[in-house]
Amino acid sequence: MKQIYAKILKNENLGNGFRRIGIAAPYLAKNAKPGQFVELRCSGETDPLLRRPFGVHRVTKGGIELLYEIVGRGTEIIARKKPGEILDLIGPLGTGFVLPSGKPTAILVAGGNGVAPILFLSEVLAKKKVKQHVLIGGRSKSHILCEKDFKRCGARVSVTTEDGSKGHKGLVTHILKELLADNGPKPAAIYACGPTGMLKAVANIARTHRVSCQVSLEEKMACGVGVCLGCPVKVKRGHGLCGTGYEYKMVCKDGPVFDSEEIYWE
Amino acid sequence: MKTDMTVKIGTLKLKNPVMVASGTFGAEYRKLIDVGSLGAIVTKTITLKGRAGNPPPRVAETSSGMLNSIGLENRGLDDFIRNKLPLFPSGKTALIVSIAGDKETEFIQMAEELNKIKKVAAIEINLSCPNVKHGAREGLVAQDEEASYNIVRAVRASTKLPLVAKLTPNVTDIARVAVAVEKAGADAVLAVNTFAAMAVDIDTKKPKLGNVTGGLSGPAIKPIALKMVWDIYNKVDIPVIGAGGIMNYCDAAEFMLCGASAIQVGTATFVNPNTACEIAAGIGKYCAENGVKKVSELVGNINIGAL
Repeated sequence: MKQIYAKILKNENLGNGFRRIGIAAPYLAKNAKPGQFVELRCSGETDPLLRRPFGVHRVTKGGIELLYEIVGRGTEIIARKKPGEILDLIGPLGTGFVLPSGKPTAILVAGGNGVAPILFLSEVLAKKKVKQHVLIGGRSKSHILCEKDFKRCGARVSVTTEDGSKGHKGLVTHILKELLADNGPKPAAIYACGPTGMLKAVANIARTHRVSCQVSLEEKMACGVGVCLGCPVKVKRGHGLCGTGYEYKMVCKDGPVFDSEEIYWE
Repeated sequence: MKTDMTVKIGTLKLKNPVMVASGTFGAEYRKLIDVGSLGAIVTKTITLKGRAGNPPPRVAETSSGMLNSIGLENRGLDDFIRNKLPLFPSGKTALIVSIAGDKETEFIQMAEELNKIKKVAAIEINLSCPNVKHGAREGLVAQDEEASYNIVRAVRASTKLPLVAKLTPNVTDIARVAVAVEKAGADAVLAVNTFAAMAVDIDTKKPKLGNVTGGLSGPAIKPIALKMVWDIYNKVDIPVIGAGGIMNYCDAAEFMLCGASAIQVGTATFVNPNTACEIAAGIGKYCAENGVKKVSELVGNINIGAL
């Protein structure tokens, strides 16, 4: 991990509050692994104060891209930044996805802005010639992102929207259930990023079908490096300090990617 | 002209007046900054036995500030000595260990153990722990002069290490508590810990912290913390260590002019890990530009004119 001052190459509008920012950062391009994130400082001012974590969305030649949704004042400030401006960021942080060995099939599940780290994963899996089936879910048509990018990676893509405005109507987990219920060869792994409810449902399905599953979690963070202990997630541990079957791990340092079986889902 | 940056906190001599505050610094930062340029590192508060900490969310952002309610998560004294302490460099940067407990006996046991470890330069007593009286919790120890006095005195009797007493700002008159810990034998008083605070998400109507309330830190609290340091400085003879929203060398110089012999950087490290190192360099430059030969000349050197 390093603290880097990197030049913005582009900051494009993907519509409906989603944007993609590209920065020149050879160090990150070389060292970032799918599932890892960076902590970005919104401005030199004290308000908003804390850095914002973003999963690495894609590695480009000599840099990285981040996909983000404008959800508050921090992301509003980032959205106004112009190419040529300098960004202060720390990364790569956290653990990444554990990639499957060999050339099996992987199912990638992305809900809403959860596509951000999943695309980077897809691009790396494509290079490893892993067969991929990507399931993208969102509230409506405008929340479905990166469909073309995944197809470019050679992935089979299924889209679901809650309102039926694009793809199948319903939840992305419905498709996942159907896929695994098929009597065909089982996928080697499921990788998922999205809202907690979706991740919990994906974890349940994975358990039912005995497929290994990794989930990328989100939590409010301060330091991003494991110092402040501000971003806990409950994990199963019999000998935990709580004495109640769980203990805390930190999303920033121990995660953000966890084996779904490790999480103490509530 | 090169300024003498050393400061003395009781018997503890620091290479410069800049420390990183408890709970905001860990060995992880070795990868990002030059730890050796700091005056001191204060480690995250440990308790005798491990504590699980509070449920999430544990942090929330407010205007120019940050709320936290970590709940003293730590794995206990033994784990700290075995697994955490070796990760910190032993050198000219002093290592100060922050301790807390529910009972006097826990403080004593920790102080005795730490007293044996050469690498430990001083003990910081985190008095912002529950004040257990007659089996019932009555606020924080640091909100009670007598309870604060008793804990500091007990620790004083069990170690030769310099003692820093960390006070809560959530009191009517912080100087009275400072006087109490001075009488009890503290070598320095540290002001301030976080301000009790909360925030609510109006859409979900839920508190932004899992513990409902927490402590506010960051630049939002700086002017209040500064005034508390000034109040304490005027009432005690032991060194005061200033903390609360320090973001840059200007803030640090303000605290020193109001009576702080040294300062701690906390929340600012999350914003920019290099903040404390930049402040150490910045104070040096400020002194050089203002013809200050010894950094300690700044302490209490506020110009309030004729009174």
